[in-house]
Amino acid sequence: MVDQINFNHSAGVPIDERVLQVMEPYFRQFYGNPSSVHSAGQQSAKAIENARVQVSRLIGAESKDRIIFTNGATEANNLALQGFAYRHRRKGNHIIISQMEHLSIINTAKFLSKQGFEYSQVKVDEYGVVDAQALQDAITDQTILISIQHGNNEVGTLQPIAEIAKIANDATIPLHVDAVASAGQVPIEVTDMGISMLSLSSNDIYGPKGVGALFVKRGISIQPILLGGGQEYGIRSGSENVAGIVGMGAAAEIAKQQLEKNATHLRRLRDSLIKGVLNKVDEAYLNGHPKNRLPNNANIRFAFVEGEAITLHLSFQGFLVATSSACTSKTLAPSHCLLSMGVSEAEAHGALQLTLGRENTLKQVDRFVEVLPPIIKKLRAMSPLSKEVPYDLYEDEEHDHEHGQEHD
Amino acid sequence: MYTQKVIEHFTNPRNMGEMEDADAIGKVGNPTCGDLIWIYIKVKDDIITDITFKTFGCAAAIATSSMITELTKGKTLKEAYQITRNDVAENLEGLPPIKMHCSNLSADGLHKAIEEYLEKNGRTIDDLK
Repeated sequence: MVDQINFNHSAGVPIDERVLQVMEPYFRQFYGNPSSVHSAGQQSAKAIENARVQVSRLIGAESKDRIIFTNGATEANNLALQGFAYRHRRKGNHIIISQMEHLSIINTAKFLSKQGFEYSQVKVDEYGVVDAQALQDAITDQTILISIQHGNNEVGTLQPIAEIAKIANDATIPLHVDAVASAGQVPIEVTDMGISMLSLSSNDIYGPKGVGALFVKRGISIQPILLGGGQEYGIRSGSENVAGIVGMGAAAEIAKQQLEKNATHLRRLRDSLIKGVLNKVDEAYLNGHPKNRLPNNANIRFAFVEGEAITLHLSFQGFLVATSSACTSKTLAPSHCLLSMGVSEAEAHGALQLTLGRENTLKQVDRFVEVLPPIIKKLRAMSPLSKEVPYDLYEDEEHDHEHGQEHD
Repeated sequence: MYTQKVIEHFTNPRNMGEMEDADAIGKVGNPTCGDLIWIYIKVKDDIITDITFKTFGCAAAIATSSMITELTKGKTLKEAYQITRNDVAENLEGLPPIKMHCSNLSADGLHKAIEEYLEKNGRTIDDLK
């Protein structure tokens, strides 16, 4: 079997060895429940408070702000939207999100729209950047919350979050930011930027899976969506995942220390990857913003071929990648991000999502640039589509796919 | 997710490519859905003497295209017209359920090619019965 090279970090990241070491004693040696008064319990409680400080530092939060640990970023996003909306429903019933949000935001907004709330989805340009004017125009006297992603895990585009925060702050509407993909790669200063809530994932910063966090600025109140023993300031009940939280804290500390070094490394690999592929393969296009993008993300679409086929061929050569093709999604629905950016459903099928990580090397990137072109060539030789038989010959025909990606 | 047989046909597809002197071409699918299959046939004395394909799509679409060419070559038009989507899937030792509907189009492509051939020759499907 060939060695596996992970170019799919947005789906899964190997935990940092140092993080694993810090976590290890919390499985057997320090097993106390933080709610217990005895010494073992208090030791765990102290470890969690330490992790809160470590996570706070990564995002520039202040000591009086709250870091609420959850079981992942999906829960953090659900908690931010639902918890805020329910708590503030007397002030208004309108929420603003963008077209580029993760499904844990889009589907939560949809769910809230069945509970008496309304939401607007702000449009984006061809690079996936939120239209600031459209955001401004979407604000009504009923708007209680704006939620915009920082970096898009799929196409890599970074939103001008400081500009967006200014619009929100000028209108005195709290801003929630989904920073799952950007944390640890791009500096985040919640206090300076004027961000009220922010979601984080542990695995995306080389911590364990199954842990996430929601930053909630002091003075912002939200309601719990999980009820029980009142852990995590009464906002997130359930006995704490102590080892996981300790791991996320350690991962946050390393991410903060190494941010510039890692980002520089990733940018170098990313730029080499994009340049190499676009130079060697014709009819290939970069999705997302050419400059303002996550240091680790390259999303490239290839005309006339389908992404799952490319992904499998790459996998035979050891490269683990993802595709935006609808053919690999659980529901066969195309990527809502690419469609929002004006990419057609047919073209979206040929998009490869390449997300690099700390452990990747320039040598691996060079190897990828060697391996990919023959695969595209082979699949194009098989495809009835070409410059002479383009997609748009078919565009008017009907198709009967059931698109059920988002909850109704 | 895919059987060994699917992977094998996906990696080494049989009878792939355009047929310049095809007697009929069956075109099915749509790039919007992610699957487009063209089946080329050569017919002599109502026997499919040669068959090739060109396919845009996922591994299942490519493997089913390859499989239908193997199942069909040398068969009479009547026999070939009786090959179903399920026959293709069974010969590939199964397809993921989600792919049964969308990517398992090659039998439709073959049927369309046969219909086109008959139509060109002033005949209909009923003539095969």
